[in-house]
Amino acid sequence: MLRTSDAELVERLRDGDEATFARLIDAYSAPLLRLAVTFVQSRSVAEEVVQETWMAVVAGIGRFEGRSSVKTWLFKILTNKAKTRALNERRTIPFSDFDLDDGGEPAVDPSRFLPASHPQWPGHWATAPQPWSMGPEGTALDRETLAVLKRALEDLPRAQRVVVALRDVHGWPAADVCAALELTEANQRVLLHRGRSRLRGVLERYFADAPTLPSPASGGGKVNDGPHV
Amino acid sequence: MTDDITTELACKELVEIITDYLEQTLPERDRIRFDAHILTCPPCREYVAEMQNTLRLTGRLTVESISPGARDELLRAFRRMKASSTGL
Repeated sequence: MLRTSDAELVERLRDGDEATFARLIDAYSAPLLRLAVTFVQSRSVAEEVVQETWMAVVAGIGRFEGRSSVKTWLFKILTNKAKTRALNERRTIPFSDFDLDDGGEPAVDPSRFLPASHPQWPGHWATAPQPWSMGPEGTALDRETLAVLKRALEDLPRAQRVVVALRDVHGWPAADVCAALELTEANQRVLLHRGRSRLRGVLERYFADAPTLPSPASGGGKVNDGPHV
Repeated sequence: MTDDITTELACKELVEIITDYLEQTLPERDRIRFDAHILTCPPCREYVAEMQNTLRLTGRLTVESISPGARDELLRAFRRMKASSTGL
């Protein structure tokens, strides 16, 4: 199905259908930019890389052979251009070196669980997750939550950041992310898991701290004493 | 860890397989253990809910794209390409 619509898309682009090109730009510029910023120093250079990618599409649409999807093709062009830029900036961080080797960081701080040697509840929660008090959509609390989450997303290690953004912000299916980033399904899931787990952790700390926010004195070293299970 | 279906899942294990669970890539017996666990463990039910809330909130983040000026420039380039390829 995707291939058919891709063939049609390419046909229209070759026919010079500007509306189709505009739709393509609108659909993919944001995810392309999201990937580009992981390679290069600055946002403005990332924008240039995206722009160069589109110019390459304009120049190369006649040569597109349809062996991959248009989406994969676009991301491959962008990756190549971004890598060239990164090399020029002496920032050699190819995508294949994506930081999976972080020692398998746990989703939740291990000290929040009872030890494996616990006679009754090995590996169960010692400090349980506390329910979140989220504000209704559109309220100040809600906007603040989104701002906290956005910052947390930007703070993720780059591979996690791109995968979580493409999956959860842009809503791409797993297979598309794997193809565009040349990741295996398993690695894609590991990155997604670590990224999502970190974001949940940030939100948990945010919601736990939220009621005491106005007082900076009570900010540090807060211990969350949830009930034992 | 995943010996058999009757081995109870520890909460510490659940938080590591939750993404596989949500992605529906968990082997069936682990999925059954997962479902059985959250049935009887309120903190893990809360954890699953928080993970789902995290995904829902992430889906509401705004997406930054290229500037309108850059977009216009691309559309002009596309028009030029069309004009030159049709010899106009």
